[in-house]
Amino acid sequence: MGTGSLQPVAEFLAEAEDLLGNLSQNFSILSDGAETGDVSPDLLNGIFRDAHSIKGLAGMFGFDDIAELSHHLENLLDRLRLGKLPLDNFLIDCLFDSLSALIGLVEGKSVNPELTQDISSSVARIEGLLSSQTGVAENLFAGLHIDPELLGVLTEYEEHRLQDNIRQGHALLLVKAVFPLDSFDVDLASLTDNLKQHGEVVSTLPGQNNDRPDCLAFNVLCGTRYSGSALQDILDDGTIEIEEVVAARVEESLENAPHDQLANAATASLNDDGPVSETLRSFSSTVRVDIGKLDNLLDIVGDLTLAKGEISRIAEELSGQGISLGKDLGKTAHRLERRLLALQSAVMDVRMVPVRQLFDKLNRIVRRMARDLGKNVELEILGGNTELDKLIVEKLADPLMHIIRNALDHGIETGPERRAAGKSEIGRITLSAAPKGSHVAVEIRDDGRGIDPEGLRRAAIAKGLIKPEAIMTEQDLFGLLFHSGFSTRTEVSEFSGRGVGMDVVKNNISALSGMIDLTSRPGEGTTLSLTLPVTLAIIKALVIHSSGRDFAIPLASVVETLILDPGMTRTIEGREVLELRHSTLPLLHLDQAFQIRAEKSESKTRFVVVVGFADRRIGLVVDDLYDQQDVVIKPLGKTLSFVRGISGAADMGNQRTILVLDVGGMIEVALQGGGL
Amino acid sequence: MRGLIVATLEAMDDFTIVEVENGFEALRVLPREKVDMVITDINMPDINGLELVKFIRSQPQYKSTPLLIISTEGSDKDREKGLALGADSYLNKPFQPEELQRLVSQLLD
Repeated sequence: MGTGSLQPVAEFLAEAEDLLGNLSQNFSILSDGAETGDVSPDLLNGIFRDAHSIKGLAGMFGFDDIAELSHHLENLLDRLRLGKLPLDNFLIDCLFDSLSALIGLVEGKSVNPELTQDISSSVARIEGLLSSQTGVAENLFAGLHIDPELLGVLTEYEEHRLQDNIRQGHALLLVKAVFPLDSFDVDLASLTDNLKQHGEVVSTLPGQNNDRPDCLAFNVLCGTRYSGSALQDILDDGTIEIEEVVAARVEESLENAPHDQLANAATASLNDDGPVSETLRSFSSTVRVDIGKLDNLLDIVGDLTLAKGEISRIAEELSGQGISLGKDLGKTAHRLERRLLALQSAVMDVRMVPVRQLFDKLNRIVRRMARDLGKNVELEILGGNTELDKLIVEKLADPLMHIIRNALDHGIETGPERRAAGKSEIGRITLSAAPKGSHVAVEIRDDGRGIDPEGLRRAAIAKGLIKPEAIMTEQDLFGLLFHSGFSTRTEVSEFSGRGVGMDVVKNNISALSGMIDLTSRPGEGTTLSLTLPVTLAIIKALVIHSSGRDFAIPLASVVETLILDPGMTRTIEGREVLELRHSTLPLLHLDQAFQIRAEKSESKTRFVVVVGFADRRIGLVVDDLYDQQDVVIKPLGKTLSFVRGISGAADMGNQRTILVLDVGGMIEVALQGGGL
Repeated sequence: MRGLIVATLEAMDDFTIVEVENGFEALRVLPREKVDMVITDINMPDINGLELVKFIRSQPQYKSTPLLIISTEGSDKDREKGLALGADSYLNKPFQPEELQRLVSQLLD
């Protein structure tokens, strides 16, 4: 089956990527849980099922290598969930190692389905752990008089869960309910959801209902801290019977039940007679959508917004002519606008994914790399729930990987070096994300050796990049790191490449209209701060005015705006610069740059918009600042692609189109001098 | 896995295959549709295969219907229980399509 057309392989890849993504995320949660001793059986089970699904999927497509490795991984996970293996660091490392190997295999298939890799070391590692497993678990059922018929239908795993509940002193209850054949799945899902709030559902046993052939009887076996009668009170459902199989050793009285649990129980039982939508909630939770379709949807929303603007204009015109219908139309247009905004934000929301998806993948890379480099490194992840447009998260993967590799390879010192420097032997890399207005700030901080700006200066002089007498601030020197081909290390490392890293990072970040800043202190570490727009689909723009024309500047590129005070500027080497706090920014007059005639009002107040692109900042001098607006940028088309300094056009409604400034291009002009 | 089983069986002749998504679906379909043989996995998301075996055997019309369980290598205990509950035979994953075909013909004879 695996040798068919391309389509099936693409299906395999999409499915496998989803499953591996789940595993990656859940392994991280598992790893955290192992430290605190808090591992939920649902998590372990979910992991087990995903590994199982990968095996099945690979088998279906004839990818024997993936099937074999996931088969071994599944065995390992099975022992783990049965409590036959301890969840320790060896096991967690082994899980991450297997996952990396699986990802490598799947990535190989994306290039060529025939590609394979040697998996024998991963398999051997798993088998090593399996053969070290300890003896059988004690039999906790002895002396408890549990109906052998009940135990007879439980799988080994369910028995293990039952024993675990007994060990914790929980009661074992059989919750008995009868549901109609037509809707029992929905009814049962609602009952189990409800029960899960008060304990663990171990197994669901179906049975015949002799009185009512159109119904099925169910016994839901659960472990809980409540006694049968207490749970009966919580559920407050007359149609349900509860039988106590084993009484609780540590019982929780009803009075101690948290109030919200009772409230939940009450609402859940209200919903019991099952609206159809319950089926959707319980059995299908995600839909995979091509991002192109969402782009299309957003375009339509954009067009609707423009049409709405036109309606508002007509309404105003009518009102102006004293026609009362105009006022009504205006109100309707206003309502339409509110709903359109809601629609727009709903579509945007669909595109948003938590950066955790990406951070967890990096976690895996850090583990592997640190091991290969023989360094002891901890990765701390903060703000993983911060959301970014899916497209941005995708494009952020490569630059983040580069930065982290650099931190591990060049930043973090070896154990003995760190000890000698009086630091903890364990290096630390912190990866954080936080929303910042319409931006997201992503920061990668290491506590390694840091970068010496003077070392950079010497290296740059040696390479002929700067003249020995050049006056450069510390920030300028750090900026050299983003210069293509600049590397302070002579030897080539397997991980960070040949000094092509940081300029690629810069290009990637600027392609996202993002900004990048590097700060470092020798001996203390290095921090890279990325400022990214939340989305690229609809952008917020600052509308400015220069010499009778309006332009839009993507807000993501705007650092700050200020009133131009002649005292702030001076001329260095024939170029006008702005002294702003402790830095010097090149100034670019928009009218001069575009060679449009300036308005003859010299006394008029002018403004500076400080814009940033990657690691560069300049000041744009403009006549006036207008408002901020959501705009959809449309490209100018091939015939006008030679125009510099303009990245596209934005439709403002009211049949008005304004040009959007290409900040990167502007900065190039300002730094090189000359016009556009 | 289900896809593989269905494809393997379809390669044999004279069968109508009723394929269901999970244990719940099986509970709903089995009393209504008389089938001549049941093949079930043990690990399912809603009810487990052992419970399904017990349920099937409790139905008068399925007292002697051939019943095959698919189990995972290493889950000997689950397999034993399945046979004790009335399953006729088992097959360990992973298996060759021919093994499945052979077992099915044997059980239907």
